[in-house]
Amino acid sequence: MKYYTYFPGCSCSSEGGARAYGGSMRAIAKVLGLELKELDDWSCCGSTPSGSVDELGAFCLAARDLALAEKTGLDMVTPCSACYVIFNRTNSYLKQYPRLKAKVDEALAAGDLKYDGLIKVRHALDIITTDIGYDAIRAKVTKPLAGLKVAPYYGCQVVRPGFGFDHPENPQSLDKLIASLGGEPTRFPLKTHCCGGSLIISEEALALDLTRKLLESATSNGAECLVTVCPLCQTNLDAYQNRVNQKFKTSYKLPVLFFTQLMGIAFGIGEKELGIKNSIVSAEKVLLKYR
Amino acid sequence: MVTETGNKGFIDEVGALPGGEGIKICIQCGTCTASCPNADRMEHTPSELIAMARAGMKQEVLSSNAMWYCLSCYMCTVRCPRGVKFTDLMHALEYLSIREGLVHAKTLTPTMYRLFNHYCSMGNLSELWFMLRFYLQTNPLRSWRMIPVAFNMLRRHRISIKSRKLTRAGSRQLKAILDKAESPGGAE
Amino acid sequence: MEPKIGVYICHCGSNIAGVVDCTKVAEYARSLTSVAVARDYKYMCSDPGQNLIKEDIKSLGLNRVVVASCSPRMHEPTFRRVCQEAGLNQYLFEMANVREQCSWVHTDKAQATEKAKALVNAAVRRVYYQEPLETKEVEVNPATLVIGGGVAGIQAALEIAGAGHKVYLLEKDASIGGHMAQFDKTFPTLDCAACILTPKMTSVGQNKHIELMAYSELVELSGYIGNFKAKIKKKARYIDTVRCTGCGRCSELCPTSVPNEFDCGLGKRKAIYIPSPYAVPNKAIIDAKNCRHLKGLAEGKDACRLCEKGIEKKGQPGCEAGAIDFSQKDEITEIEIGNIIVATGFQQFDPTTIYQLGYGRLDNVITGLEFERLTNASGPTSGKVTLKDGSEPKNIAILHCIGSRDTNYHKYCSRVCCMYSLKFAHLLREKLPEAAVYQLYIDMRCAGSGYEEFYERLQEEGVNFIRGKGGEVTDIAEKPEEKGKLVVLVEDTLVRRKRRLAVDMVVLSCALEPRADTEQLARILTLSRKADGFLLEKHPKLDPVATTTDGVYIAGCCQSPKDIPDTVAQASAAAARVLALISKGKVEIEGAIAYIDEEHCAGCKICIDLCPYKAISYDEAKKVSRVNEALCKGCGTCVAACPSGAIKGRHFTSEEIMAEIEGALA
Repeated sequence: MKYYTYFPGCSCSSEGGARAYGGSMRAIAKVLGLELKELDDWSCCGSTPSGSVDELGAFCLAARDLALAEKTGLDMVTPCSACYVIFNRTNSYLKQYPRLKAKVDEALAAGDLKYDGLIKVRHALDIITTDIGYDAIRAKVTKPLAGLKVAPYYGCQVVRPGFGFDHPENPQSLDKLIASLGGEPTRFPLKTHCCGGSLIISEEALALDLTRKLLESATSNGAECLVTVCPLCQTNLDAYQNRVNQKFKTSYKLPVLFFTQLMGIAFGIGEKELGIKNSIVSAEKVLLKYR
Repeated sequence: MVTETGNKGFIDEVGALPGGEGIKICIQCGTCTASCPNADRMEHTPSELIAMARAGMKQEVLSSNAMWYCLSCYMCTVRCPRGVKFTDLMHALEYLSIREGLVHAKTLTPTMYRLFNHYCSMGNLSELWFMLRFYLQTNPLRSWRMIPVAFNMLRRHRISIKSRKLTRAGSRQLKAILDKAESPGGAE
Repeated sequence: MEPKIGVYICHCGSNIAGVVDCTKVAEYARSLTSVAVARDYKYMCSDPGQNLIKEDIKSLGLNRVVVASCSPRMHEPTFRRVCQEAGLNQYLFEMANVREQCSWVHTDKAQATEKAKALVNAAVRRVYYQEPLETKEVEVNPATLVIGGGVAGIQAALEIAGAGHKVYLLEKDASIGGHMAQFDKTFPTLDCAACILTPKMTSVGQNKHIELMAYSELVELSGYIGNFKAKIKKKARYIDTVRCTGCGRCSELCPTSVPNEFDCGLGKRKAIYIPSPYAVPNKAIIDAKNCRHLKGLAEGKDACRLCEKGIEKKGQPGCEAGAIDFSQKDEITEIEIGNIIVATGFQQFDPTTIYQLGYGRLDNVITGLEFERLTNASGPTSGKVTLKDGSEPKNIAILHCIGSRDTNYHKYCSRVCCMYSLKFAHLLREKLPEAAVYQLYIDMRCAGSGYEEFYERLQEEGVNFIRGKGGEVTDIAEKPEEKGKLVVLVEDTLVRRKRRLAVDMVVLSCALEPRADTEQLARILTLSRKADGFLLEKHPKLDPVATTTDGVYIAGCCQSPKDIPDTVAQASAAAARVLALISKGKVEIEGAIAYIDEEHCAGCKICIDLCPYKAISYDEAKKVSRVNEALCKGCGTCVAACPSGAIKGRHFTSEEIMAEIEGALA
């Protein structure tokens, strides 16, 4: 049994847009022996935009969660790439910039909290591939993916700016994970390139262009399906795939799943629990093989 | 032509923010621009922003649209040979731009970020309410184009009308922390 | 005689006085027991400063001197000489380091002053117990060991041999020449590297004073300046070099082909081969890892041996000189030398770790050394610049600063890459006049005689200079004209635009980095390395070829990246230092060494094995141990270990040390 504090983040919570990610994460955690205790009364980490609007406030948002997590004494795990980067950045900046730390400490004290920098925050992909390991994962597979061609999409933030989890330009953990499930990780040169992120909302045309490049690269290398580790990436690639087709007159029909959903399929967990139907682009064709 | 007698002000302002200190050690090699997916859309390339800042062109830098096209993909930060934390420097410029009221009006990103931050500060971001408010506020006549996307998402249970809330005590605690954060003024 | 101590506090300009209140320290010193005079002065090491001491010794009859100033490494010899000149034994002098250990590392003035007082007190208490000692003079062995047979080692060896002294030239590879032998033309004169180097290499081979030890390595070193003993491992070549004529027939017969290191893996060689067309010594060598016979021996097989036997039915005889000797083993020899010059050079940075540049992943992305071999007439393509498929490139991009000026790899600038990149551009314009050449730089560093003029020449030759560092090399096309090409992403910072260059070949101008075996070599020679990994010189400005290990000098790129003119200059400088010592003939040995009180020695022999310099021997007749005063370095290991306290360290007696500690803590 491995114990962690669990931080779903707004998107992966049961009310969020990526609730399938959170749901499938919990489902596979049970199989893998990961005890995930959700952080009590957690608040939004602030994500990327907050730091640009209210820099100190953003650090305080993250620090509150870190302070609450420190009380449990366990390392914290999150499936969301943005939360992962924000928490790690906050941790390293509090160590590096003493003036910032002083101000954050003062603000935390106003909420009767304090943070001593003792919590490590890790990404779900990290604990699954590092702490559990590929051999243990392979052992739990009941419905091997039988060579399903899967494009491993890391997105930008889980491997950058580089908190030591995987290689920032050529990571391999997700590729190896797919292989251990019996799938075939396809060649995907743009696997760490940005999907457009939150700019899909304010600069849709630009973000769609980036999303299209990813879909093109994945499909042209033979991928039957794409897995991602970030809720926003999944939204852009899945919910906006139709918009890409409309704008560029393409006809992509690439199912985009969370890596935890793929793991769940291979472990024989029910589709409802994994939230497969939450995807906009249907994954029916892919799943037909494994029913 | 104005004779200069030295203007360190803007560089120090940026340098005081976390991640902003890199502005002094940049060697203008352009690796950041070469690695940036959106460099072509920016009025000024990333490295140009630093050069302009060093030349004291505060107005031009803070009112440019460049940093608002930053995706925070961190490719620049990873590759910079001087170790400049460029993404954080971009965030610092965005923050200063808002603070000084010099936001470039021709992109919706600042508005989106401000709205985003507003919801985060309440403790939980509800995608539905955030998106609704953004589209109605910025694009009321054209937000009908988003209806198919929104419909699909609702149909597939990707967005809820009900949003997660903190406990009362939690909300109060968060508000106390953020209120206190406002007084010392900035992350410098 | 009662000790009469003179104490001198140096201001060192503002180096010390800026933090420590020297006047107060002098005042304090005046109050100490046995201190006859205490002064503070701006620059104690200057002539007037030195004279202060001399005058006081004469007029006040001082018999102990303490100077509180910089590190003893800096000026202990200076002040010791001053005392000696004034008629006072130099060992009656002690230094208190109030600069490197006080004013330079503290900012609180009050506390620093208190610390300085404590340091002075310690020195004063200690000097009270110091005794006069005599130094010894030993002969200097006029033979020299030069480690490394590149242009630096060759130059140094020829200089010393030219003065008529013996040189052992040690080279790790099978032939001397180093990296310079791999180059094509050299900047800025475009001299052919081999043409200017091979005459020197041949001279080395023929010089009767130079004993060339190729394919050999240093394994152990003992001794001290003027009297070193080195253990050399002569690796097995499996060739009798006396018999081998370098005819190359064995190579023609050998059935095994492997990538050639001299050509950076771009060409092939056989398992038995002559290292290069201009190898010195011009003898064959067998690569045991790939030789079928030698590999077979491990399994008890007697395979191949075509080089020896020849191919009868084709009428091709084997080695007629009978030089092949598969039974050869590594040999260890010992040599005695007086001085050592380290000239081990550099290695090229491996850009495989820079994933986004595609080296090792994408075809036709090559390093600087690989390019040298392509353009070199003696290289794998006989001097034609071709792509992997043999066709000629239509456009080439040269990327500066790969692995250099980069906090992710090496922070330093490798100094020569701008110049060699310009040279590459020139060679490309010459050989492929129709091809477009792009040169991507951050700064153009052309500081040298004729260097800036070379840059101007290249501009005239029509090279496309783009001021921007190559950020990424990709094969993913975004436009039809990019299909099948390498695309280089760069910001043209002078026009502030991101550019995509579609080229056929990318040349990476890689950094020069310290060799991987530098750590091991430094350990054997007791040398230090700098933070960047290169060997540490004694002083970066005033003594760039000496090291803190007396008698060991460094020259060339092992000290820091540099071009050929500077390498040759350093090699000559190191040779001059060695020749100076040889001409002096003698060297002074420290008087602060160990001695054994034979009455108290129990003959337990514990000290003998502990001595790192093998300076203690056992007298069977008297059943006591004895210290060889010439070899002893005064490290104190035996002194600490002796169970009966029979060994004492001169100038470091228990009395002196305890007094110093008490003084510091008072």
